[in-house]
Amino acid sequence: MEYAISVENLTKKFDSFTAVDGISFSIPKGSIFGFLGPNGSGKSTTIRMLCGVLHPTSGKALVMGKDVTRETEAVRQSLGYMSQRFSLYEDLTVEENLNFYAGVYGLSGKVTSQRKKELIEMANLTGKERSLAGTLSGGWKQRLALGCALIHKPELLILDEPTAGVDPVSRRVFWEIIHSLARQGITVLVTTHYMDEAESCSQVGFILNGRLMDIASPRELIEKEGAKNLEDIFIKQVEKAEGSRLAGRFEQLGFLRGDDRHD
Amino acid sequence: MIKNRHGFSFKRFWSIIKKEFIQMKRDPISLKLPFIMPVVMMLLFGYAVNTEVDKIPTAVYDLSSSEESRSFLEQFTGSDYFVIYENVQSEERLEELIKSGRAKAGLVIPGDYSHKIKNGDNAQLQLIIDGTEPTTARTALASGQLIAGGFSQKYTSQGLLKYGITPEKLAGLTLKTAVWYNPDMESSKFTIPGLVGLILQNITIMLTAFALVREKERSTIEQLIVTPIKPSELILGKLIPYIVVGYSGFLFSLAICVWFFKIPVSGSLGLLLLLGFLFVYCSLSIGMLISTFAKNQLQAMIVMVFVLLPSILLSGFIFPREAMPAAIGYIGYFIPLTYFLDIIRGITLKGVGLDYLWQDALALLSFTIVILFIATKRFRKSLD
Repeated sequence: MEYAISVENLTKKFDSFTAVDGISFSIPKGSIFGFLGPNGSGKSTTIRMLCGVLHPTSGKALVMGKDVTRETEAVRQSLGYMSQRFSLYEDLTVEENLNFYAGVYGLSGKVTSQRKKELIEMANLTGKERSLAGTLSGGWKQRLALGCALIHKPELLILDEPTAGVDPVSRRVFWEIIHSLARQGITVLVTTHYMDEAESCSQVGFILNGRLMDIASPRELIEKEGAKNLEDIFIKQVEKAEGSRLAGRFEQLGFLRGDDRHD
Repeated sequence: MIKNRHGFSFKRFWSIIKKEFIQMKRDPISLKLPFIMPVVMMLLFGYAVNTEVDKIPTAVYDLSSSEESRSFLEQFTGSDYFVIYENVQSEERLEELIKSGRAKAGLVIPGDYSHKIKNGDNAQLQLIIDGTEPTTARTALASGQLIAGGFSQKYTSQGLLKYGITPEKLAGLTLKTAVWYNPDMESSKFTIPGLVGLILQNITIMLTAFALVREKERSTIEQLIVTPIKPSELILGKLIPYIVVGYSGFLFSLAICVWFFKIPVSGSLGLLLLLGFLFVYCSLSIGMLISTFAKNQLQAMIVMVFVLLPSILLSGFIFPREAMPAAIGYIGYFIPLTYFLDIIRGITLKGVGLDYLWQDALALLSFTIVILFIATKRFRKSLD
């Protein structure tokens, strides 16, 4: 099988803190891989290493068969990336943002205008071409960011919490686009906290404290763990790692019950 | 400057420039700053910062009230340095006027003034000066002494004539003075050309630092890093628009200096334009360096205060560096504006060329190279 991403023993240390601790996984081409885990578990750090933004402390990562540390430029040309925060230029219009990224990827004018038209249609942004990106609402912004990440026709799309803070309808629209992209053969790596989104991925991986706990298709995971859904598995994994029940912690908050009266 | 190095893409580079100009156009301040700042600052500094003091309001207490005292007063007010605020009738009133600040000086002519003059005795006048404003006080003191001295000389020569001696027969000393470059010693001639340099520096540093920090603050830089863009394309593409804007600000303020304040460029305009370009580059590097120390625009603003304030106070822009304690004056050598002020004042007022200014030009060039090197290095590091 051909892999879009294959990672071996990837590790990232910040001083004494190990953010990513020797993880290994492979993502087949054309699949949607859901990366799950609590905040601060190492998802974003892994993604940033795959994009060549951070240098791994050790280990190896191949993106589209190319080494991220040695062939960074070729890797960057083949991937589209959408970061956690909306990071397009709010003082540029929809069209200017697309033009800018087209230029940065070195596309010719003819190719740009053709793709721009298609991407604007895909993102449902028709009629908004001349609106400033800053004036768009959450869902529109996310779709514009996706459009900018796709303008150079990447083979791999990396999305870091793309739907955080987006309304349910926009979320649905966004995922429909992701599925149609996968059908066209684009590999998608996505992180999310929404378990309904995770369940529609071809494969999911749980990452906790920088370690990859489990990797399988959502259905396999649910059957293996005997859980109701992915959300249960998620919580169980975290509890196992922390060695205590999450709900129990709140019972320690004595002052809420008035235990701390000194009078 | 722009070399087609291996892999340098003009397309990517051009996209950055275009984007930067669009953003500038949308920003209500960036494009107006190079035009508003020169107008506001030049009017402020051109008119408000005037170190020439004249028409000092003076309270006069004339106890003599004679022909002689009136003759002195005529001379006194005729100098234009003093105007009579009020002829007071008591010492208390004189004190009151000075205390309230309505009069900055008080002149007391004693009752025996006319008597002593007539008898050929030495008469004493008293000039009281409010010393709270040293500039006014110094002018009052110097011009008061000058007027009294002139008057005294007149009486001396009249006295000598009585004995048949004409002053020409006595040994004496005359100092012929010539004030070069600014014969009327107008402070605007000193301030305005310097201001052209200061404005250029401020506009360029501010806009550059803000533009670079903005990408960090809004995390757009992260999206840029994952594209194939090269640090050199990014840095140059982002800086060129600010070179254009900073230089426009320089040309505009130079135009105000020449046509509005009528301070012509007596030396080579070409040399001034060239060294002005170098200074834009230098300021740009400072702005870039500041941006590497700040995470957001507020932090950049704070760092900027620490850079701009010393450059105003210690560069010799207003206060002569010769008057500073050696240690503090020494700091001025580490401020690029110090050298550019020498250059721009030298070219506009003195009309001198590189033969006199080469040391300043060389210092400016060295600073530019060093700062640009450090800034680029730090900026590249912040991209990783």
